[in-house]
Amino acid sequence: MDIRPLGYALAGVILSAASAMAQLKPAVVFDMGGKFDKSFNEGVFNGVERFKKETGIDYAEFEVTNPSQREQALRNFARRGNDPIVAVGFAQEDALKKVAAEFPKTRFTIIDSVVDLPNVQSIVFKEHEGSYLVGVLAALASKTGKVGFIGGMDIPLIRKFACGYAQGVKAAKPNAELFQNMTGTTPAAWRDPVKGGELAKSQIDRGADVIYAAAGGTGIGVLQAAADNGKLGIGVDSNQNHLHPGKVLTSMLKRVDNAAYGAFTGAKNGTWKAGMLNLGLAEDGVGWSLDNDNKALITDDMKKAADQAAADIKSGKVTVHDYMADSKCPI
Amino acid sequence: MSFQDVILILASALRLSTPLLLACLAGLYSERAGVFNIGLEGKMLAAAFAAAVVATLTSSAMLGLLGAIVIGIAFSMIHGFASITQRGNQIVSGVAINTLALGLTAVLGNAWYKEGGRTPPLPASVRFQPIELPFAAEARSIPILGPIYSDLLSGHYGFVYAALAAVPLTAFILQRTRFGLRLRAVGENPAAVDTAGVSVERMRYLALACCGALCGLAGAYMSTAQSASFVTEMTAGKGFIALAALIFAKWRPWGALGACLLFGLLDAVAIRLEGATLPLIGQVPVQAIQSLPYLLTVVLLAGFIGRAVPPKAGGVPYVKERR
Repeated sequence: MDIRPLGYALAGVILSAASAMAQLKPAVVFDMGGKFDKSFNEGVFNGVERFKKETGIDYAEFEVTNPSQREQALRNFARRGNDPIVAVGFAQEDALKKVAAEFPKTRFTIIDSVVDLPNVQSIVFKEHEGSYLVGVLAALASKTGKVGFIGGMDIPLIRKFACGYAQGVKAAKPNAELFQNMTGTTPAAWRDPVKGGELAKSQIDRGADVIYAAAGGTGIGVLQAAADNGKLGIGVDSNQNHLHPGKVLTSMLKRVDNAAYGAFTGAKNGTWKAGMLNLGLAEDGVGWSLDNDNKALITDDMKKAADQAAADIKSGKVTVHDYMADSKCPI
Repeated sequence: MSFQDVILILASALRLSTPLLLACLAGLYSERAGVFNIGLEGKMLAAAFAAAVVATLTSSAMLGLLGAIVIGIAFSMIHGFASITQRGNQIVSGVAINTLALGLTAVLGNAWYKEGGRTPPLPASVRFQPIELPFAAEARSIPILGPIYSDLLSGHYGFVYAALAAVPLTAFILQRTRFGLRLRAVGENPAAVDTAGVSVERMRYLALACCGALCGLAGAYMSTAQSASFVTEMTAGKGFIALAALIFAKWRPWGALGACLLFGLLDAVAIRLEGATLPLIGQVPVQAIQSLPYLLTVVLLAGFIGRAVPPKAGGVPYVKERR
């Protein structure tokens, strides 16, 4: 039996009978881009789907299509007694702050940002650790000894990616040369594949043959330009190897699926805790992708080096500097 | 910085200025005919989307281009209907075009392909490929002229050459043809054109059609040549920079070429200098270079570098017998 009630009046929310009967009524608010964005939101979607498959507990969901809906969607879920509620993406931070304060008994989890409230769990990632690993791979894959980084909007988070990457590159090849470009200083910098392609072209002209893009939609243009010019790109967030098989060296993965899955499972098992979770290599929160599309590009030595670096970071032998800690990069 | 570096920066400037130039000329046709066009961004965006979708469906870049031109003209006609026939405010309807294009492309893209508004990546065979000019490879070894020919002038997409060719063509049409004379007259003194027995409305619609076609070219260049798919909001403000260039160019074709090349060059230089340290200056403030186009336009508008006088009848819907 499926009750699909009147969701549209309240911003198109679908509740299903299964969740009404079970005690746990989890909900997730996807951000702009939607749950099939082949990236961040889709990662969360995969995570909550896994939870649903394993436990049989259905969840309510909403895809935000304009900024004003974030607060509305969160509040609607909270008002209806959904718990826990997962908010995807740092853009929901402000909305969540308000709503979480209004519903102190509801458990909220925000992915990729920090909200300091007693009923909010904030999950962030040690992107610098994952970036370090792809930096090691990039340096080893480069024939020219020159590698590139292209960021989206110039914000501290993206500098954190860049800094981790630079450290990995230098660790693997101390004399490697690194070019770094930020696409812009406005949000348009996330969606400018044309500029991304041009930035990549400029780095390729200077000799770069592996380019890491941490730039959202702009990154699509970067990977395209790298593939067009017979060079290698590195994807970000989700596995982007499939975009240009054989032309994408690897992708730096943010395991948002694990994060969302963990939040739901934690709430179910009673282990959910408010506060900040910083997921790094040790927690399986970040990593790099190896699949059929790129296995020919990753030699055994490269894999060994990356695995070694990962082990060193996990054991604490190597610490990757976090740019956001002091707004400085040692390299 | 070596000679080769300079060549590469100039080539990059040429690529970057092409969509600006196409959009700027598009704006020129429309504004010289008296229709202020803040909707360039939206028309380009819709065209870029149409190019990617049609190319995906038909596996033909050429049909994609055709689709882009058709949609560019269609959006221009909507703009025209609102601001010429219905005599609505040109700026407001232009903004509406932008909003419409932004929303429509995102919604349709998401509904059809379910990739967050992106269209599926096009294989190389369905994209435009760079054109190598004859003897480019052989000429490379000639000193100075060789690199200029082989690396700067050769190896661009057809759109780049089309945009460059559109400049003298536009100048010729505006200055030397009857159509051009009427088009300019409609923008300066529509009553006089009307008295001469030429339909002001028809002239303005024709000008908007030219505008839409050029926006179509710019859109197709972005989604099926420079990139291989449409991405939501991929025009990233180029339509507005093109407008700034149009003002900077004082609404003249050759000026448009100069302004767009200058803006493209500033962009290319900013890309190259990012993170570089120069003697005396230290770390180059890239943001300062990136803001130069806007700054220059403001300075120009303030009257420091000559005067930018817009077409006299611009922004005003033509009404017969108004006293």
